[in-house]
Amino acid sequence: MCGIVGLYLKNDKYESELGKLFAPMLIAMTDRGPDSAGFAVYGDAVDDGTKLTLRHEDENYDWAALAKDIEKALDTKVDWFQNSKVAVFKVGVEAEKVEDYLEQSHADVLVMSSGKSIEILKEVGLPERIVDMFKLENMKGSHIIGHTRMATESAVTMAGSHPFSTGLDLCLVHNGSFSNHNRLRQELKREGIEFTTENDTEVAAGYLTHRLQQGDSLNEALENALKTLDGFYTLTIGTKDGFAVVRDPIACKPAVIAETDDYVAMASEYQALTTLPGIEDAKVWEPEPARIYVWERNGN
Amino acid sequence: MSTNNLAETSAIETINGVGTIDLATQTVRDLNQALHDQHDEMSIEKWDVLNPKGHHNLAVGVNQKLKIDIHGPAGYYCAGMNQEAEITIHGHTGQGVAENMMSGLVRVKGNASSAAGATAHGGLLVIEGDAGSRCGISMKGVDILVKGSVGHMSCFMGQAGVLAVCGDAGDALGDSLYEAHIYVKGSVKSLGADCIEKEMRAEHIEELTELFERAGVTDQDPRDFKRYGSARQLYNFKVDNAGAY
Amino acid sequence: MSEKRKYMTVPRESATFDRSTMSEIRRAADTGIYDIRGAGAKRKLPHFDDLLFLGASMSRYPLEGYREKCNTSVTLGNRFAKKPIELEIPVTIAGMSFGALSAYAKEALGRGASAVGTSTTTGDGGMTPEERGQSTKLVYQYLPSRYGMNPDDLRKADAIEVVLGQGAKPGGGGMLLGQKITDRVAKMRTLPKGVDQRSACRHPDWTGPDDLEIKIKELREITDWQVPIYIKVGATRTYYDVKLAVKAGADVIVVDGMQGGTAATQDVFIEHVGIPTMAAIPQAVQALQEMGMHRKVQLIVSGGIRNGADVAKCMALGADAVAIGTAAMVALGDNDPKWEDEYQKLGSTAGSYDDWHEGRDPAGISTQDPELMKRFDPIEGGRRLANYLRVLTLEAQTLARACGKNDLRNLEPEDLVALTVESAAMARVPLAGTSWIPGQQQSF
Repeated sequence: MCGIVGLYLKNDKYESELGKLFAPMLIAMTDRGPDSAGFAVYGDAVDDGTKLTLRHEDENYDWAALAKDIEKALDTKVDWFQNSKVAVFKVGVEAEKVEDYLEQSHADVLVMSSGKSIEILKEVGLPERIVDMFKLENMKGSHIIGHTRMATESAVTMAGSHPFSTGLDLCLVHNGSFSNHNRLRQELKREGIEFTTENDTEVAAGYLTHRLQQGDSLNEALENALKTLDGFYTLTIGTKDGFAVVRDPIACKPAVIAETDDYVAMASEYQALTTLPGIEDAKVWEPEPARIYVWERNGN
Repeated sequence: MSTNNLAETSAIETINGVGTIDLATQTVRDLNQALHDQHDEMSIEKWDVLNPKGHHNLAVGVNQKLKIDIHGPAGYYCAGMNQEAEITIHGHTGQGVAENMMSGLVRVKGNASSAAGATAHGGLLVIEGDAGSRCGISMKGVDILVKGSVGHMSCFMGQAGVLAVCGDAGDALGDSLYEAHIYVKGSVKSLGADCIEKEMRAEHIEELTELFERAGVTDQDPRDFKRYGSARQLYNFKVDNAGAY
Repeated sequence: MSEKRKYMTVPRESATFDRSTMSEIRRAADTGIYDIRGAGAKRKLPHFDDLLFLGASMSRYPLEGYREKCNTSVTLGNRFAKKPIELEIPVTIAGMSFGALSAYAKEALGRGASAVGTSTTTGDGGMTPEERGQSTKLVYQYLPSRYGMNPDDLRKADAIEVVLGQGAKPGGGGMLLGQKITDRVAKMRTLPKGVDQRSACRHPDWTGPDDLEIKIKELREITDWQVPIYIKVGATRTYYDVKLAVKAGADVIVVDGMQGGTAATQDVFIEHVGIPTMAAIPQAVQALQEMGMHRKVQLIVSGGIRNGADVAKCMALGADAVAIGTAAMVALGDNDPKWEDEYQKLGSTAGSYDDWHEGRDPAGISTQDPELMKRFDPIEGGRRLANYLRVLTLEAQTLARACGKNDLRNLEPEDLVALTVESAAMARVPLAGTSWIPGQQQSF
């Protein structure tokens, strides 16, 4: 049980302030989710190769040495910078190559996300602490989704926090509780999807990745998700070009959307949206059950 | 858990005789305590609540003939369990506005979220925008007038009272309905179990007319509305209705 | 050459298709509807009888009765409330509705509980003046149906119990069939008379602990933070439920095991959903301890509490108090053999009668029929309940003193051993004569 928030910019007017606009949204959801918080920001895209967010338990981990190892092993260039326990690595080869290498040679490094522009940062603790720790207010980009967690049926750990990513530039945050995730996890494992936690949300993320791998469009994957996932959920999905929102057919978990000419914002509670510019005149509505809402640049 | 100020609530400022609470500097606890303190003896009738910013539980449990204006959006359960007060929200409001209201008037200038007027026993709830899903769920005697549309599962298990919708209604309207009266002017996406369209008779036109008057609504004609009510087939279990469960 | 058989095989009943099962299949074929009944799970389950106390010995010394005090009082709800509830005994009366029970029965419960300094709880039908008048401490239930819910009663209550579910039917709503919806019941519940009450299984204006947290704050705001807020759950995923209840802001958590009774629900629900009370308690206590909240957020346990030994064992496992429902009804006179002829006419027998939903209770307790109700004297009933509560307390004190305790809350799991592997695993105490607790590697 949790709070979810998302902000998608329709144009570049507020791109340099994305983090500044988003931080109060995340903090407003603290009461709903005091255990941990996380967000996925999309910006600063790479043209070639892959951007990965990597995490290590040790804040003094030698990222420079890792970068050199990767450059040598994969014969490519690495640009990187550190942000608290996370480092953003821009590597000139495909994601799979880097991920396989890390799994073999640096298994203590956790891959939080990979793709062209996504960065996922999450930690145990109050949202305010996460905002501070990762300097969210300085971040720029085109869209961002976030989550504050009240752990339900699994433990409070960083790994169990949202957003979950199981595909390139793809991530998911969830408010609610699935009821058939255990069987679904087993089926997806057989299909080759890997899981690192017992968390129900990770199963939904894995399911979407699987459907996209099977050739579904985002819309088709979400249509299939509505049929397959059982339980109560509001989902916000981050993609390379935007985000999507969908609620289960019973729609008991809250969701509200606000739209202006410059942005589309979503949140579990309206109070998360009150600091956004122009909110007084925004079109405000609640998404209907079992209906897929997608906002993407170069698309809808 | 945010801490609660169990100590003395701050002194009440009045501006031209209107009790003013500014939630930018005061707490929700300050607000509710000040309003509750009016119960035994009313010393301030009118109240302005500033900077509500979507806070939850504003003006809950009021039990005095106060006139309260909330200047901005409210969060969950605004005016919850209201008795006798007239509460106006100048903006949108969250889940469960006027839930379990007993009497009085609550007016939402913007949209209401889901479960508006849930389980309310009396009084009048007017929503000038749209209401979300489950509007009037389990209503027990309240009257609700929505100028816009209502979402799915509205009037679910409605026991008594009137729900009038000037716009459209979502799926499963009046599912498992008891004796609440439902009037909709626009389209109904689908009817719930045991809810059917019923004939509009003179007494229903009268009921709607009186409701519009109380709500201060002058631009609606009762004859444009259709009536929906319980088919009463689920009142006592019959084997042939097993599929409805 | 055939010979008349001298030895006949004794007819053998099937354990799978026993007589009771077969009669139920026939009933289903007759009516086309599931069987509805009252009471809790009736089949044999691992329960407190499988646990034993280790009494005094060379290393542990007993207390004398009477002179050497064994304290029984408990304070509930001091986490946030201005007025916590002080109980003289750790046994409370669980929620049972007016509607399910007659007004006289509710009055008797109030009389009996007040005589010994404990609380009663309203049920899925609202607060009656009789009960508020008689109970010195009244817990007001806040249920999905919200029948009769109103702020005046909320302010009159000594505590508020937000009900998510109960042991008999975790995930089920209330049920009261038409024959018990009399004028008075109908008025309190805002229902047409004689109609089957269909109750919602979820609250109408919140789902999930994140929204429950906001709802609890609303209830506190309405009552000016005066009274404790309880959260009641049926025992299922108790470890997680208790953690979430704490996070949602509960002062007190009530966990009701599958032996807990109900006025009416589907038999299949009662017997096949939820876990035994004994298996829920260690989960709840572990959850509280991990959050540093044991004894700070109090735990009330219910579901099949019958005697002082059950009370003491619940305390030893870490509960702060227990609640009784079925036992209280029996103390009042439910299922008394003196009505045997009438039970037989109803197709049952004293001790087995559970068709409480029909409203034909010969004891006049679980009925709204005015003629039957007259058979029950609330003053006598109150006296009987008070007696029973005193015996529960004395028995619990006897066992506690034998274990060297001057306070019931000083009983600990280490005072207990188990007789079976299942009960050892569920209660997390060693099998008697061994140091083995099965299942410890795989606990939460």
